[in-house]
Amino acid sequence: MSEPVGISITINGTLYERKVEPRLLLVQLLRDELRLTGTHIGCDTTYCGACTVVMNGVPAKSCTVLAVQADGGEILTVEGLEKNGKLHPLQESFSEHHGLQCGYCTPGMLMSAYHLLKTNKNPTREEIRKGIQGNLCRCTGYNNIFVAIENAAKKMQSEA
Amino acid sequence: MYPSKFNYHRAGSVDEALRMMSEAGEGGRFLAGGQTLLVLMKLRFDEPSDVIDIGRIPDLDRIDVTGDRVSIGALATHRRIAESDLSRAVPIIGDCANGIADNQVRSRGTIGGSLASGDPSCDWPALLHTLDAKIMCQGPSGSRTLDINGFVDDLYQTLLEPGEIVTGVQFAKSSTGSGGAYCAFKRCAPAYPTISVGVQLTLEDGRIASSRVALGSAGLTPIRAVDAEQELSGLDSSAPDLEKAAEAAVAASDPVHDQRGSPAFKRQLVATLTKRATNIALRRANGETVKNSHEYY
Repeated sequence: MSEPVGISITINGTLYERKVEPRLLLVQLLRDELRLTGTHIGCDTTYCGACTVVMNGVPAKSCTVLAVQADGGEILTVEGLEKNGKLHPLQESFSEHHGLQCGYCTPGMLMSAYHLLKTNKNPTREEIRKGIQGNLCRCTGYNNIFVAIENAAKKMQSEA
Repeated sequence: MYPSKFNYHRAGSVDEALRMMSEAGEGGRFLAGGQTLLVLMKLRFDEPSDVIDIGRIPDLDRIDVTGDRVSIGALATHRRIAESDLSRAVPIIGDCANGIADNQVRSRGTIGGSLASGDPSCDWPALLHTLDAKIMCQGPSGSRTLDINGFVDDLYQTLLEPGEIVTGVQFAKSSTGSGGAYCAFKRCAPAYPTISVGVQLTLEDGRIASSRVALGSAGLTPIRAVDAEQELSGLDSSAPDLEKAAEAAVAASDPVHDQRGSPAFKRQLVATLTKRATNIALRRANGETVKNSHEYY
């Protein structure tokens, strides 16, 4: 019914139980209800990828998922990348290699890159291009993003 | 952007979904992955009174290969199909599944949704013409099987009756001596193709014995280019002259002017992609492994 629907979602390892309007989008649940504002809204039409989160192990655009569709699921947002006050190697590497300028696309870019490196520990440049094909950046020209992801892959392999 | 308010129903089975839809009436919409419907709802192009979430119906995402029959459940996501053994066994399926939209959309979008949307730019409806696919449907008056030819009968229109749902697709696994390729040309990953062409063919004694040529984004519906198939028939696979087939494919197309390009540009693409897809299909039919995916410009 149009009345609120009860949902429970694990976000960055914490279980949240809420009653939500059916039309509430996942990105709005994250940003407006839970104040996890790291996930950005860019185009709001499933093009730009700024709102990318990892949902049940795969990347998804949270502006095109209803919160009720995520019920029972597991979401990882950019806030979940940091561990014990230490940035994720991807975050470090984006910082070190100037993988961002304005930073608006960065949370989504990081989540796509996170999924890429989960499934492919040592991606080629071509595989990186494909891995972030659903994320638009209007500042960097992408080159430094590729370099940052390549270096993050190296870091993660040497730390493993 | 918020969609308009709607009542939300979660179906546990196809039967329950059909019952919920008959209760909802005209304002009801089935929601699978939502990669088409939610965008339309956010833009308020569609304002359903009731959304029936079929996304959790068990076993409706199965990919089965039994003998030479392939069956793909409606809820199989593009990602699941791309990562399946089927994509390696039937390369034209891999070409399509790997290149639809982008990584994120492939995680959520489903083959059933792609069919039911009736969008002439969607990859699956065009591609499935090359495999003579059957569409399995279930509705208030029972189950039926529809042919892919004519399934999308007008812009965003399909032969689905009100309240009817796509449950899956079936087609024959291509035999030895067969090969196919799907070539799509688009502005960037998240965009729909500007033009796509699928070619599936079978060789006998070094010549093209039979073929299917299908065009996507080339008119108000996906288009089967039967005249192009006839031009391919009998061509020597080692050095085929594909000009006439390409011309026939262009003649079958009816592209519209939009932000993706002019009709003249799109007709040029139909010709080029017909030749490209045919060449890859021929190499694959001869046993070669050829990498192919959507291309951007």
